[in-house]
Amino acid sequence: MTDVRPFLKNYDGPPVRLMEVCGTHTAAISKNGIARMLSPAIRLISGPGCPVCVTVTAYIDRLVELSLRPGTVVLTFGDLMRVPGGRMSLNDAKAAGGNVRMVYSPMDALRLAESDPKNTYVFAAVGFETTSAVYAALLEDAESERIGNLKLLTSLKIMPPVIDWVCRNQGGVDGFIAPGHVSVITGCKIYQPLAERYGIPFVVAGFEGGQLLDAIYALVKLRGRPRVMNLYPSAVRENGNEEARRAIRRYFEPCAAAWRGMGTIPGSGLMLRKEYSRFDAGSAGLDEDCNFSPGCLCAKVLTGAISPADCPRFGRLCTPQTPQGACMVSQEGSCYNYYISGRGSK
Amino acid sequence: MKITMAHGSGGESTSELIADIFEKSFNDPVLSKMEDSAVLPGAGRIAVTTDSFVVTPLFFPGGDIGRLCVCGTVNDLLMSGADPEYLTCGFILEEGADTEDLRKIAVSMSRTAREAGVRIVAGDTKVVEGSGGVYINTAGVGFVPDGINVGASNCREGDAVLLSGSLGDHHAAILSKRMGIENTIVSDCAPLVGMVDAMKRSGVRIHAMRDVTRGGLATILNEFASAAVCRIGLDESKIPVSPQVRGFCGILGLDPLDMGNEGKMVAVVAPEDAERAVGCMRKSRYGKNAAVIGRVEAEGESAVLLKTPIGGTRVVGPLYGEGLPRIC
Repeated sequence: MTDVRPFLKNYDGPPVRLMEVCGTHTAAISKNGIARMLSPAIRLISGPGCPVCVTVTAYIDRLVELSLRPGTVVLTFGDLMRVPGGRMSLNDAKAAGGNVRMVYSPMDALRLAESDPKNTYVFAAVGFETTSAVYAALLEDAESERIGNLKLLTSLKIMPPVIDWVCRNQGGVDGFIAPGHVSVITGCKIYQPLAERYGIPFVVAGFEGGQLLDAIYALVKLRGRPRVMNLYPSAVRENGNEEARRAIRRYFEPCAAAWRGMGTIPGSGLMLRKEYSRFDAGSAGLDEDCNFSPGCLCAKVLTGAISPADCPRFGRLCTPQTPQGACMVSQEGSCYNYYISGRGSK
Repeated sequence: MKITMAHGSGGESTSELIADIFEKSFNDPVLSKMEDSAVLPGAGRIAVTTDSFVVTPLFFPGGDIGRLCVCGTVNDLLMSGADPEYLTCGFILEEGADTEDLRKIAVSMSRTAREAGVRIVAGDTKVVEGSGGVYINTAGVGFVPDGINVGASNCREGDAVLLSGSLGDHHAAILSKRMGIENTIVSDCAPLVGMVDAMKRSGVRIHAMRDVTRGGLATILNEFASAAVCRIGLDESKIPVSPQVRGFCGILGLDPLDMGNEGKMVAVVAPEDAERAVGCMRKSRYGKNAAVIGRVEAEGESAVLLKTPIGGTRVVGPLYGEGLPRIC
């Protein structure tokens, strides 16, 4: 295998802007210190791939409201706890007596709901295709075990429509590091129509430092060509995981979804099918989005219009200790990752 | 038997509980006097510390809350350069706690105290309403020998940064147990008396020491960098992490640099003493994987930089947020 590092460091061809649309890639790029290994002509920008970051405030507000309702317990991943809502975060709600519990896996929800039938458990179901498959498995188990006190508040998103949105509205992206985990479910061929429509390459990458460097190298080499390349073949297949997609389709159907900073994008979300509405904790219509604080540029960061370090609040008013927006809260958020790995500074 | 509110009454039930479990397990002549304070010999520079332990589960692979509450306080004394001597312990028991569990915890405390060469000389027990939880506070007293001066602000350009072993084992063991994940990860919970004594005896000039507990290596080194206004450079490939813990962290999105340990220490020592210090650590049963993981590269700026295995460099910040659950 050739060492791509000298090429990437010394590249002096036409400037290339590459976007990663997977929060885990954002974190891995920071963790491996990759940005500083690249020539100034290669710029990495983070896209809307962190599920917590793209969640609108109406959704947080609804979770807060549910947590304060007697007889209801909200279950969530840790990252969502500190995201500011319109009025308060789930952390604030918890301190105010709200029932909020942090879990590590949606499957924990089953055991909790089963052991406490008097309360209704609402899982904060955010995520992309990968996590949707887990929620489908959760519902399958809830059905077969006849657990009636478990519901989902969904804010589920699918990747291709938002990539399309970024290309159409934002432009200036010369290639995508396609998401690793999502592609396990979807397969890599779903990027082919996008590659052709916008004349740019997509490379599916793993999460090791070397795998990311290889993906960046491939994207620079493929610049301007509508190619889809799979550099994560140990996990991702051409057609993905049909069984997981079938499970998702059984419980969920496509819907328009609201994205932080981008508004509502048709067909970019998943909602529970009518026949499973008994599992829904009121997910419809949670579209409203307001800035957490005036001057927060989350929306521009999420779409790659600006780099986190370009936001005047970054690192000054807005730090992981005093987050002004979700991108500085989530461990997959671009602002958080730029901050902790020093990507904001030279 | 289950703990009831009566066990915290201060009356006969309390006395029985103390006599049956704690006095028997700790078996110390000063403690057995059951006076209001332990009166003990000692003079010179005294180190005092205290810590509370609220871990769930109480028993985990590689240890239990009893071993933990002794190691935590003993290690804190050691890290300030002191030779640990005495411990006190305060138990806060929730109604419904199991006395057999309590006995196991007390025996484990006693065994660990013996291993660490400290005496448990005073204690207290309270019972509160609840559902069977056990919480322990320990305080420790130690004496700092002449000529020892350890502190974060003492780090100097050129100093070597040493780590006594692999990162994240305790944190990963606790999380695995809590999440019901089966693996072979075992807590590293241990008293570090052996390796610190060895370093002191062999005359290693230790400038700063910390046990790598909550907040992890990342937070500690940032504290060193701030206190001494220095830049610390680390080599990621030199930082030991077991393959199991690395895999576990990968799945959950955790960074071993942020994870807590209960039997690992970081030491900043004079460059000429680095090799000897690593030798001292490796000779101890808890320091087999000790290594020099970095250097104090410069003074005058505060930063921790990490060279990644693929040749990148990144800033290492302290642990932010509370995504990680409590482990001690």
